[in-house]
Amino acid sequence: MKVFGYRLPGMSSLLLWALLWEIVGQMELTFFLPPLSAIFVTLMEIGTTKVFIKALQETGHAFFVGTFFAIVIGVPVGIMMGKNRLIDEILLPWVNMFLSAPLTALVPVLMVLFGFGLKSIIITTTLFAIWIIVLNSRAGVLQINRSLVEMALSFGASPKDAFFKIYFWAALPEILGGVRIGFIRAVKGVIIGQLLISVVGFGALFELYSSNFLMKHFWAVLIVLFTISFIIAECLAWLERRVSYYAAQR
Amino acid sequence: MRYRSLFLNFVSASIVFGAWEIAGRIPVSFAFPTFIESMSAFWVLIIEGTLFTAYAETLRPLVIGVVISTVLGVGIGLWIGLSRAFDWLVSPIFIVMQTAPLAALIPLLIMIYGIGLTSKVFVVCIMAMPVIVLNTSAAVRNTPASIIEMGNSFLGSRRDVIIKIILPAASPIVFAGLRLGVSAGFIGAILAELKITPTGVGDIISYSRSIADYPTMYAAILSIILLAVVFLNVLERIEITLFKGTRRNYVSD
Amino acid sequence: MNNISTDVDNAVTVRNVCKNYDNVEALRDLSLEFPRGQLTSILGPSGCGKTTLLKIIAGLLKPTSGEILVNNKPVTGPGPDRAFVFQDFALLPWATVLRNVAFGLELRGVAKSEREAIAEKYIKDVGLTDFEHSYPHELSGGMRQRVGLARALSVDAQVLLMDEPFSAVDEQTRRKFQEDLLDLVKNENKTFLFVTHSIEEAVYVSDQIAILLPRPSRVSEIIRPSGFREKEALNIRRDPEYLDIVDRIWASLRTYVE
Ligand SMILES: Nc1ncnc2c1ncn2[C@@H]1O[C@H](COP(=O)(O)OP(=O)(O)OP(=O)(O)O)[C@@H](O)[C@H]1O
Ligand SMILES: [Mg+2]
Repeated sequence: MKVFGYRLPGMSSLLLWALLWEIVGQMELTFFLPPLSAIFVTLMEIGTTKVFIKALQETGHAFFVGTFFAIVIGVPVGIMMGKNRLIDEILLPWVNMFLSAPLTALVPVLMVLFGFGLKSIIITTTLFAIWIIVLNSRAGVLQINRSLVEMALSFGASPKDAFFKIYFWAALPEILGGVRIGFIRAVKGVIIGQLLISVVGFGALFELYSSNFLMKHFWAVLIVLFTISFIIAECLAWLERRVSYYAAQR
Repeated sequence: MRYRSLFLNFVSASIVFGAWEIAGRIPVSFAFPTFIESMSAFWVLIIEGTLFTAYAETLRPLVIGVVISTVLGVGIGLWIGLSRAFDWLVSPIFIVMQTAPLAALIPLLIMIYGIGLTSKVFVVCIMAMPVIVLNTSAAVRNTPASIIEMGNSFLGSRRDVIIKIILPAASPIVFAGLRLGVSAGFIGAILAELKITPTGVGDIISYSRSIADYPTMYAAILSIILLAVVFLNVLERIEITLFKGTRRNYVSD
Repeated sequence: MNNISTDVDNAVTVRNVCKNYDNVEALRDLSLEFPRGQLTSILGPSGCGKTTLLKIIAGLLKPTSGEILVNNKPVTGPGPDRAFVFQDFALLPWATVLRNVAFGLELRGVAKSEREAIAEKYIKDVGLTDFEHSYPHELSGGMRQRVGLARALSVDAQVLLMDEPFSAVDEQTRRKFQEDLLDLVKNENKTFLFVTHSIEEAVYVSDQIAILLPRPSRVSEIIRPSGFREKEALNIRRDPEYLDIVDRIWASLRTYVE
């Protein structure tokens, strides 16, 4: 959007919304919306406390381990599905099913199987992220130009060369797209897991703050979470754009 | 050849269910019933009618939430797609909502709206709406300029151009967004039942877990997953028949 | 006109090759010989199996029956004696021109410095100096095909298999390529197998033209232009024999078009 011929940057309207929030907060219209400035002050206070840092660590740990497994398992499985018709036909119905299934319903099962702790949260995170990564890697391989593969074969490429020099790179834009969406889903998964299991990480903090009506604390944690997830998503989108120059003409 | 895919589906289902049965027999965990046990619990749930009353309960916030999200979401998305200023003002909020773990808002919603239907509807809405809005706005914005210019050159009014050109051109992607929205709505509805108050299917799951009736718990979970998958597949079929031939590439979540 | 002389040294021999895809019979009992050091064009109606034949010779496809000899040795798969030039160039979009040209050598395990030196030479030969570090998407169609050509030349294979290499290139570049190709045939002692849709192009560049029938494909006729091959490139298109042959090929192909 342009104002007086000057182009406003994309997300700049968020500042306007923040201002609105501050005003509503200052007017004390509702107890649930404290002024933004007060929330930031609280954030500075709790940002250095042990509980907060511990929650951040636990969440980060679950998140990264969960997405790590999702990528390390998801990408090769997806590539294999794209290359091998039999594997594809056997796995695809399940992948599609889990992609659209409400995975929240599985969390109670994970709780009874793996306990009320980190392990269940990690598995929840992986489950949220992995299916889209598999599907996108598969799609990436399926759209590979046949003649790229034939070119490599005609120069006598070994299967290993074909995999690492052709398939992986040619599918990379889609793989990265899948990983980006996988990350976003994983953030949601890790929070949903913590909310339902609610003894570790931010889940416990939310419980604590909301039962004591500590609104500023609650919002402070929310803002941290939203900011982190937004930054992660943007970084991956940037990475994806960097390889997308060749996505159009493989 | 025609039966190949059917046969392979059958094979892969037998492998998975067979593995489940075996894992249940070993058993890998005291909380892991066999496939057959779960299926008979499923059968009992159906015969006693528990499942149907439960779904009547579960589907209420889901349906209300999805309807609200659809109406509001498509409306807002359309407006964003048509107006530069509104786009600048509003889309960042939905972009943030799309990437953020909105489930974290649930404790807050409980505080504000209590543990009733309103909270649950809200949960469904915040999960379903962003993807609907973003898909709609992207679809509207990406309407090929040439067909809009065509409409203008034949002296179509602004209203005509929107209703007769932009909306039909955008509808495949809007519909795909709706499907993704419903999918997210399902996640929200279950989350609400597990986190806010156990009602409906959430109640069966929580209750059978508390009395360690694991077969029933697995059956209930399986039923909700099946329901969601079948429903979303039906939506996808409708989408394919409605928009045959139009290329579907949509903003995914 | 069907005068395949037996005393000629053949680089590639196709013997009684049949090829069926599921229930499509693409090639039936096709035999053809490609004399060493010459350019043979393959002409035929669309879908008659020209690409199939070339891929079988390249070793990318297995014939249903029959055999292929390259340098009198049967073909079992892709080999270093053949190089393919692709219609859609088949360049790696994520690699620079230099790496693309050197890619054939890279797959053969040639050391980096050595293969890049070789690639540099061929990049220069095809006239792409200064573009070594560009990416394919920064090149025009004609330049991309030069990269594909340089890659095929750099592995120094004796047989070059070209599947409609110029069809994605504009007409002017195409004419330039045809002249370059004539030079290449003259200067490099390589055997060229050249698939094209253009009758004029085939007559212009070929020592021998094989005309295929519609599917299931066999060779219907082999034409060897003799009179104008020695002439200046510029004069070929005005030569009466050239015009005659173009007309004759069209007369025999037109019944199959439609
Ligand atoms: N992978 C495949 N599976 C099934 N049939 C195929 C396959 N590839 C080619 N065919 C069939 O084989 C026949 C020959 O195909 P081919 O690509 O060799 O023709 P072509 O002469 O190169 O055609 P064009 O001049 O259009 O490039 C076609 O009729 C096609 O239907
Ligand atoms: Mg062809």
